[in-house]
Amino acid sequence: MSRLILSNLTKRYGAITVVDGVDLALEEGEFVSLLGPSGCGKTTTLRMIAGFVPPDGGSIALDGKTISAPDSVLPPERRGMSMIFQSYAIWPNMTVEENVGFGLKLRNLPSAEIRTRTLEMLDTVQMAHLARRYPAELSGGQQQRVALARAIVIKPAVLLLDEPLSNLDANLREEMRFEIRRLHNAFRITTVYVTHDQAEAMATSDRIAVMNAGRVEQIDAPHLLYARPRTRFVAGFIGRTNLIEGTVANATFAADGFSLPASAMAGQALPPGPTLVSLRPQSIALHRDVPDAPNGHPVMQGTILERTYLGESWDYVVSPAESALRLRVAGPPLDVHDVGSAVWLALDPAQLAVVQ
Amino acid sequence: MASEQVITRAATARTGWGAKLRNVEPIMALWIALALALAFLVAFPLVKLMIASFETRDGAFTLNNYATAYGRARYLEALFNSLKLGALSATIATVIAVPMAWAVSRTDMPGKGFCWAMVMAAFVLPPYLGAIGWILLAGPNSGFLNILWRALTGAEDPLVNIYTFSGLATVIALHSFPLVFLFVKSALDLISSEMEDAANILGAGTIATMRRVTLPLAGPAILGGFIIVFLETIALFGTPAIIGIPARINVVTTQLWQFFEHPVRMEVAAAYAMPLLLITVAMIGAQKLLLARKGFVSQTGKGGERREIKLGAWRWVMFAWCGGVGLFAVFLPVMVLIQASFAKAWGRGLSLDNFTLRNYRLLLFEHDMALTSVWNTIWFSAAAATIALIIALLVAYMVVRKLSRFADALGFLAMAPFVIPGIIMAIGFYAAYASPPFAMYGTAALIILAFAARFLPIAYANANAAMRAVHPEMEEAVRILGGGRMTAIRFVTAPLVKRALLGGWLIVFIVATRELSAAVFLVGPRTRTMSVLLYDLSEAGNFEVLAAFGGILLVITMVFVAVGMKLAGRDFMLRRS
Repeated sequence: MSRLILSNLTKRYGAITVVDGVDLALEEGEFVSLLGPSGCGKTTTLRMIAGFVPPDGGSIALDGKTISAPDSVLPPERRGMSMIFQSYAIWPNMTVEENVGFGLKLRNLPSAEIRTRTLEMLDTVQMAHLARRYPAELSGGQQQRVALARAIVIKPAVLLLDEPLSNLDANLREEMRFEIRRLHNAFRITTVYVTHDQAEAMATSDRIAVMNAGRVEQIDAPHLLYARPRTRFVAGFIGRTNLIEGTVANATFAADGFSLPASAMAGQALPPGPTLVSLRPQSIALHRDVPDAPNGHPVMQGTILERTYLGESWDYVVSPAESALRLRVAGPPLDVHDVGSAVWLALDPAQLAVVQ
Repeated sequence: MASEQVITRAATARTGWGAKLRNVEPIMALWIALALALAFLVAFPLVKLMIASFETRDGAFTLNNYATAYGRARYLEALFNSLKLGALSATIATVIAVPMAWAVSRTDMPGKGFCWAMVMAAFVLPPYLGAIGWILLAGPNSGFLNILWRALTGAEDPLVNIYTFSGLATVIALHSFPLVFLFVKSALDLISSEMEDAANILGAGTIATMRRVTLPLAGPAILGGFIIVFLETIALFGTPAIIGIPARINVVTTQLWQFFEHPVRMEVAAAYAMPLLLITVAMIGAQKLLLARKGFVSQTGKGGERREIKLGAWRWVMFAWCGGVGLFAVFLPVMVLIQASFAKAWGRGLSLDNFTLRNYRLLLFEHDMALTSVWNTIWFSAAAATIALIIALLVAYMVVRKLSRFADALGFLAMAPFVIPGIIMAIGFYAAYASPPFAMYGTAALIILAFAARFLPIAYANANAAMRAVHPEMEEAVRILGGGRMTAIRFVTAPLVKRALLGGWLIVFIVATRELSAAVFLVGPRTRTMSVLLYDLSEAGNFEVLAAFGGILLVITMVFVAVGMKLAGRDFMLRRS
């Protein structure tokens, strides 16, 4: 049975529906991210799970019991969850140790046990040596670790994270990403993680729910989300892509400048009619001469229009001959083509994804 | 709001009504309690004042009160005098304060700390004490400055006469200029040096830059400060009563006082108070609009670096200016007061055979009201500050945490007394609660409640700022870990706002201890405060005892200011909110 189930969850503020019929089920011990641009309803969804915001429609169930519905909301303090806030919300009037031990104190545990568990937890997040410090004396990353310790030490039924890394600088953010995943691997707490940063979501999550305009567009494992985006929004939001319009007729997909047999596209259903496909820049190979492509791999001649060096790769914009398409193609750093030079493109049909 | 829609699992099982009731009850009950308290403190006295102005003694509708109030040339003249006095005082205060603010904020003038301390002292000194000091300094016959002038020049006529319109305006300006100073300094603090550099690079010198760039940028703040001093002046009772009445200068506040002399004509006073109220409301509205045009000052301020302007030899001129203001606003008046308080006869000056402790002994051991009034002042002020702060805190909590859709209405009521002159507040309280069924005239409760109402906006502004500083996630973190709202307030919110609230409490307490214009209408024979007793003594004309009593008041104020500075930071009285 799923641990946490959101069914048709809806929230309106005035005329605006910020969360629009969200369905989501988390297994015990699963780590799921809500990923989307700002204003997509991901934080509101999280705050509904926490019990800070009552829903206007639908429900939330924890272990089979309804904890949120439009006319009854279990208050946050009785949900047995914990949360990490964007501002960390480390209480400045308490030491690190008092912060971490507070949740245990509220559970009326004996003070010896509180102390042992707190120090154990601080040890896990490598903060034991700073237990007596006040938050004002800590760096942003250290405060983040205190927030993690404080949330995990109570062994919550569900751990909620609201853009926890958005206030850290880039290097620290990367470090904390792995720290969060490490802690998840150690404690296996069912986790909902809200972020607008896809790299963060990919590094931490078992599954990612991509949200847009209050709706969940797609829920999948990170690599599937990248390789098989199912909607135009997901294809464009996760990584970069070429969206190509074409038509399916007689078991052939035909676009402006190339065509390929539908059977080449790795078992994706291709109903006849107009079809949109997503083609990642990485799934197109650049060659100086006519490549020796396997059967069914379309090959096109083209000209380099623009190029940008991004560090890990070149980002070329290529115009295929006899086509109005403009394709973005990624090339390795030493594979240099000048603007205006002629190139050959080879597409890998297995990496095409049909999107709606 | 959201988080308060709290229903337990048990309650869900019950039918709609029980659930609904549990749902809204605690916050609604608090809202209703606060609404009632604010209605009692703010709304009802004001409404009663308006109604009273249209009623006869028996409660019938009449316009006679207005006919009486505006039917005599003397009353109308008082109105015009108030406006003229307000304009003149505000002008003098602006002239005094703007160069000081510029020097402290933008230049390398020496002695900035001293200058700041002097502004603070002028702000803390009760205005009526300054007025008494100036009577001793510049009375036409025996004022020290005039005696000195005659001795030095042999002239017959006095150098300065405090009992004139301009004398009155100057004394008022000398205690109210800190308001302009604070406004202008904080505006200048936000103007980046790059603005001035831009003018310099185009060929403008220091003076031209100041005149064409810096001052215009601070323009709205200067005008804002001017308006505040104008409003303070027209609502001021103490100084016009102490200096104006002997000089036969009648203003609105002193005229209102005369309507309260036997037989009390409260209805006429209510009618007569209306222009003061309307002018205040209108001008504070105008000032809000003026300062709301943010594009003007603060927008450019933040990032830019600020450098001190090198004044060269002129820095000593600026220092002399600040020192001169300090001399006249604080040092001289306080010195003559201290001298008089230890003198047998103050006019005989400093000499050993003129020294006596008789004045203090009289007040501390023989006077039947002096010590009572000290005690009254302290406990009235403490009670009022406590009441105001508790109400302000609860309202601020509801407003800042958006606990009710109607919370903002409470915030509005809590701020409303800001636009009501204290003297009008007092007449409103008199109209509402002095006679039966409340029959509170002369009771301590009436004065405490009037003080609480009068200073509610100060308390509210402090409480609101304190609450805003606590991120809502601080409380949410407690709740998600298993604590209720009360636990969150006890362990997190309360410890975090404690210090700021203490500062707020002390400010209300200190301004309440010197409050005169509201108290003078509400005290009874046994509930006199120090300020009222001081005013009584000034009418009796015994300046030595008066000065000694002023000294006692000053010492008490200083003790509390020092406590405040220790506990809540050096500038706690001067922080603008």
